[in-house]
Amino acid sequence: MRGRPKLFTSYEADSAIFPTSLQKWLAAAGILLLFMLPFDIPFFTGPVPRAFPDSWPLLGGRYTLLGQIPILQDGIPLVRFLGDSNWLRPMTEVLIFAIAAIGLNILAGVAGQVSLGHAFFMGAGACTAAVLGGPEDSELFWGLGLPIWIWLPASGIVAALVGILVSPTAVRLRGLYLGIVTLGLVFIGIHLARVFPQIAGDTESGRRYPEFDIRAWKEGSPQVTISSEETVTGWFGLNAFTVTERQKVYLFCLVVLLAMAFFGKNLMRSRTGRALQAIRDRDIAAEVMGVNEAKYKMIAFAISSFYAGIAGAMWASFLGKVAGNQFSLFISVEFIAILLIGGAGTMSGALAGTFFVILLPELVEKATEWLAEQDSGISGAIGDFLLTEGPGDFGPISEPNVAPGWALNVFDWNVVIYGVLIVVFLIFEPLGLFGIWIKIRNYWKGWPFSY
Amino acid sequence: MADHLLEVDDITLRFGGVTAINGVSFHVNDGELFSIIGPNGAGKTSIFNTLSQVYRPQEGDIRWQGESIMGMRPDKVAELGIARTFQNIELFANMTVVDNLLTGRHVRMKNSWLTGALWFGPAKTEEMENRRKVEDIIDFLEIEQYRKSPVAMLPYGIQKRVELGRALAMDPVLLLLDEPVAGMNQEETEDMARFILDIRRELGIAMIMVEHDMGLVMDIADRILVLDFGQRIAEGLPDDIQKNPDVIAAYLGGELAH
Repeated sequence: MRGRPKLFTSYEADSAIFPTSLQKWLAAAGILLLFMLPFDIPFFTGPVPRAFPDSWPLLGGRYTLLGQIPILQDGIPLVRFLGDSNWLRPMTEVLIFAIAAIGLNILAGVAGQVSLGHAFFMGAGACTAAVLGGPEDSELFWGLGLPIWIWLPASGIVAALVGILVSPTAVRLRGLYLGIVTLGLVFIGIHLARVFPQIAGDTESGRRYPEFDIRAWKEGSPQVTISSEETVTGWFGLNAFTVTERQKVYLFCLVVLLAMAFFGKNLMRSRTGRALQAIRDRDIAAEVMGVNEAKYKMIAFAISSFYAGIAGAMWASFLGKVAGNQFSLFISVEFIAILLIGGAGTMSGALAGTFFVILLPELVEKATEWLAEQDSGISGAIGDFLLTEGPGDFGPISEPNVAPGWALNVFDWNVVIYGVLIVVFLIFEPLGLFGIWIKIRNYWKGWPFSY
Repeated sequence: MADHLLEVDDITLRFGGVTAINGVSFHVNDGELFSIIGPNGAGKTSIFNTLSQVYRPQEGDIRWQGESIMGMRPDKVAELGIARTFQNIELFANMTVVDNLLTGRHVRMKNSWLTGALWFGPAKTEEMENRRKVEDIIDFLEIEQYRKSPVAMLPYGIQKRVELGRALAMDPVLLLLDEPVAGMNQEETEDMARFILDIRRELGIAMIMVEHDMGLVMDIADRILVLDFGQRIAEGLPDDIQKNPDVIAAYLGGELAH
């Protein structure tokens, strides 16, 4: 049977999350890379040494081929760039936002219910975490001091209950009108945060949020310290293996994201997911096929808000201190951008979109910083042309510390790039990054024939 | 137990001043192929919409196996075993053929969002069982090669077939076919007629068919109900209907009939 295409021989294999072996390997490699990203592992995420360490059997002391390339001695460029400790903050933010993006994807992408209120549900989760997990002894703020295994699931559940309260509007309204109603939620949320400073914290400075520490009950030292400053040595019995606070938080968020993505994907490929898609495509036909519209819209809102609540609690906990008005319309719009750029309705689209949308501003910023440091050669000339150093120097990008002239600074340019990207994707690739991937895949499927 | 599978008793449906259905009664027996015909605007599709309770008739009663289904939610009616296809295809356009048919299995599946999210365990077992049933339908309707295509990309005739398959996936007792061969060529019409006859013979499902293709209706229907302007003008065997002067008048105009 040589040369025969690989065929599915069971329905189980056909409906697997990663149906082909290539997808399995890519996913495994991607997850492994994400786990190794925060560490300086030689050859992978850290610098490539000129020679193998003496302690290695067989290879010890021999020169490495890759290590002779100068640029790799600082680490593989892109991965190194991402793995740098400054990069852990945006990367952790990506992981947390990806959880919320999966949630909105289930509501807006799969079930077709446009929601601009995602920030509100995130805020609901964050406030729950603050009250349940916050310190008991504070006079200004309410807090019960409960451990993470209570406050993290509870923040999702409370947000889900709020979502259930909102869901009847979705039965009455659709499309733009539902979008406007959910938009109103964001402002109600900010107002409530102002009215109840005991829960959401001071309008200006917010309040402290509980830390990621796994402990059995209120008192006692945590079984696993995640957000403490101390550096742990000897995880997994590896003596030379040190883990800092930021790396621990990153790993914790990664594990939560993988679990949530797994549940989300299962939901999408099973009975509930199909019912939601049916409502999105033809709601009357879905009802005639036996899908209870009100019930499934409620489920969509509940699940989506659950994800948002978990993400909101984790985000607040990760930042440590959040004011209520940070859960603003901007965050909701950011999620819409994530779905549009990534590709609505697909899990990989939501994940890819989050990476793209959250990391792009950081990349632009880093690239500008790098350009500003260049004095000579081609990169220096490009930097000279693009950057405005002060009045009288023309260039489209001004450095942040330069007095505002006619040029926009990096942060303003990020907003512009956002807008342009959304427009470009909507016009040329409505399926987003996922659509680009599908096109590339289909091209190679038929290669060398055109179809 | 009632005498008939479905009894429609003197239903009237009004939209403001328009009376779409005016005091229509009929019944359908087990395993029968009942056909409703009539000129455009006669109220045929409105009758289907009242049967699946998308529209609620103001007067009259609809009884399913002796029990009234008036005021039931459409999804509850679907659970009873009343499946339907639509005149203008109402498939879930962005889903694949398999997913469309599996959505048809929705009422016969039990797993909730919770077991679905866990996948391993009851959800997976149920998915695989139902996939097998769906594959039987795909096999029956000869649409194997379109299995994984999103239905929006399929040709019209195939979409009609997928829609029939989606209704069949519900394990229906009564199948409502709204113009199953509208817009099809001779060959596709013959294919569809063969499927309809096979469904009746092999699966014993009762059907109500609304259709404008008189050749098809007269060939395969057991009994025919003729509507005009929401009113019943005739009911009977195909041969009698063809000779009925009221029917000829409704279709061709009064002078030719009398």
